[in-house]
Amino acid sequence: MKFGIIVFPGSNCDRDMATVTQGILNLPTRMVWHQDTDINDLDVVVIPGGFSYGDYLRCGAIAQFSPVMNSIIEHAKAGKYVFGVCNGFQILTEVGLLPGALIRNRDLHFICDRVRVRVERNDLIWTRKYSKQQVVTYPIAHGEGRYFADEDTLKALEENNQVLFRYCSARGEINEEHNPNGSLNSIAGIVNQQGNILGMMPHPERASDAAIGINDGLAMFEGLVMAIA
Amino acid sequence: MANNYHARIYVTLRSSVLDPAGTAVESGIKQMGYSGVEGVRIGKYIEMKLTAEDETDAKTQLDRICDRLLANPVIENYCFEIDRLVSG
Repeated sequence: MKFGIIVFPGSNCDRDMATVTQGILNLPTRMVWHQDTDINDLDVVVIPGGFSYGDYLRCGAIAQFSPVMNSIIEHAKAGKYVFGVCNGFQILTEVGLLPGALIRNRDLHFICDRVRVRVERNDLIWTRKYSKQQVVTYPIAHGEGRYFADEDTLKALEENNQVLFRYCSARGEINEEHNPNGSLNSIAGIVNQQGNILGMMPHPERASDAAIGINDGLAMFEGLVMAIA
Repeated sequence: MANNYHARIYVTLRSSVLDPAGTAVESGIKQMGYSGVEGVRIGKYIEMKLTAEDETDAKTQLDRICDRLLANPVIENYCFEIDRLVSG
């Protein structure tokens, strides 16, 4: 199983991601410059966090026209795995692989913190090593992370169980007090209907090494490996 | 024959999208003493020059550019004005 981490000008979590896939899990990992278009060798395409193209215009707006993007769309349409974190999630919504948009946080602050999220389902490869409704701690670091979608889209997301992670309290309660950025329905991460594309604002890759205090994210990567190996 | 146009593009947040930055600016305006101000919404203004066959072609190009890049239809609306540039 091979990971490819897309590097845009302004990506800054690309090496964090490689530290987990290659450094901790010892899996073949390749950095893919955004000008490359041949990604046939990859099983999982990771679109990492950062500030692609300086976040100019809107977060993720310009990255959608990078040469690599058509290959990523083909990869996704073939049912292969695409994983967007933070800016990667923003890019996936901009390019239309996931519905909705990520807009300015409710209270305008850039939030750099650790938050709790609840795993809403564990029948997907992303979360198979978690239990359903498990509360895990992940870091977040974003200024534009408030998930927004129109009413119909939101309804469809809920009906199809496409919400994979929700911000919550330590006991797993979903409420506005534990919704750091004002996301609709406390959404922290969603998948497409088929479940092969995941976008999330929290950073599991920054919570995958016990040496840095939390490693709740490692189970996500281990689950992926189990599924594809 | 190709013509040159100047476009002024306005991108605004849809009314269903909250604009916390607009709210913050509104409170600043009220601090200035203008208590009668309300409904502050922040958008973007973009201008560009473009070459097109005629006005219809220019508008078609601008619609595509706005739909695909300058505005995100999930959260934003746009409108534009164009003028033909007459070369001296």
